Amino acid sequence: MTVILEWLSGLCLLLGGVLCISGGVGLLRMPDFFSRVHASGVTETLAAPLLLSGLLLQMELSLDSVKVIMILILVLATNPTATHAMAKATLHGGQRPLEFANGKDIGGDGSSKP
Amino acid sequence: MIAVAAILLSDLFAVVMLFGVYSLLTAALFMDLDAVDVAFTEAAVGAGVTTVLMLSSLHLTKRWEALPRRKPLLGLLVIGITGAALVYAVLDAPLLGDPTAPVHQHVTPRYLEQGAEEVGMPNLVTAVLASYRGYDTFGETVVIFTAGLAVLLLLGIHEDARMRPGVSAIGDQVVLRSVVKPLLPLILLFGLYVQFHGDFGAGGGFQAGVIFATAFVLYDLVFGDGSARAVVPPGWLHRLAALGVLIYGGVGVYSLLAGKAFLDYSALAADPVHGQHLGVLLVELGVGIAVFSVVLLIFYAFSGRSRRR
Repeated sequence: MTVILEWLSGLCLLLGGVLCISGGVGLLRMPDFFSRVHASGVTETLAAPLLLSGLLLQMELSLDSVKVIMILILVLATNPTATHAMAKATLHGGQRPLEFANGKDIGGDGSSKP
Repeated sequence: MIAVAAILLSDLFAVVMLFGVYSLLTAALFMDLDAVDVAFTEAAVGAGVTTVLMLSSLHLTKRWEALPRRKPLLGLLVIGITGAALVYAVLDAPLLGDPTAPVHQHVTPRYLEQGAEEVGMPNLVTAVLASYRGYDTFGETVVIFTAGLAVLLLLGIHEDARMRPGVSAIGDQVVLRSVVKPLLPLILLFGLYVQFHGDFGAGGGFQAGVIFATAFVLYDLVFGDGSARAVVPPGWLHRLAALGVLIYGGVGVYSLLAGKAFLDYSALAADPVHGQHLGVLLVELGVGIAVFSVVLLIFYAFSGRSRRR
């Protein structure tokens, strides 16, 4: 049982690390603010709970593990909200997402009509 | 490296963000040095509140740093000489963790050996902060109060007709409101936990005051200035700050009136250890109230003003 838990915890930690790196690469390589924020938001919202549950599997059930569960729920709830807030603030500030058609940037006027 | 980047950049928005990252890394460094309370305070204040306050002050000034009109060579010379003198002095300092260093010789063994019986709380940092060195902490609280007073005198808290309850800066806020609203009582509860848990684990008045203020700052950011000022009217804040300092000083004066030294907590109860517990509880409460009201006051002062367009 403990061997399974150890392997599972190692897997979670590894996956969390890989997702963090992938989020970092996305943050550096994406062309536009909105795609960057999307990349980091999605990957890190999954990576942080994976890392935390990897650590959780190595602890026995105690007050510390309850605190880790609370942190996990907090990150899961606040990270997407922060991403949303950033995107909303940028839209309010006037920047529009890049839109490409036929290889050229056609811009966008911010409306959602097709 | 982050500090060098912060100095070289001229986009002040990026500089504020870099300061936040720097504070977070410093907090991690403190954790590495086993200073948990300090790391907690650094993370809460540096990576949390200071970033928000600097961003709201950026709202009042320009975003791009104005280049100096002439090169200040004399300033560079003075800083170079002072920096060299400081580095020379640091070379003579004892190594970290050296048991024969003076800081480990005189008062520290007494704190470590007798702290648990004299003050009776597991967290020695709070014991030293609030009881053995209570006078210094009183000074810190008065400094925080003075900073709040200075901001009030210089900027004042400005209310205008745009701040009605229910009006917020960025239009419709469905997602933010529905996530932040359940989060706020949890943040306040956590602040209370940190305040009263300072005796046993990392925590205490400073961190708790900052966390409490952060909850109200979050409310202000999401629900608008008007709603926030309806919840905590600015007129309360300077009174609350004064109340915090008064509680702390009041404990000291009570000890004086009871015939012992200023801030000698054994005058508060029949049993000295019980008196220490009561004293630490009261002064941490004073510190928490003072820090909370000053941080919220500074935020109100900055956010209430806007550049005259």
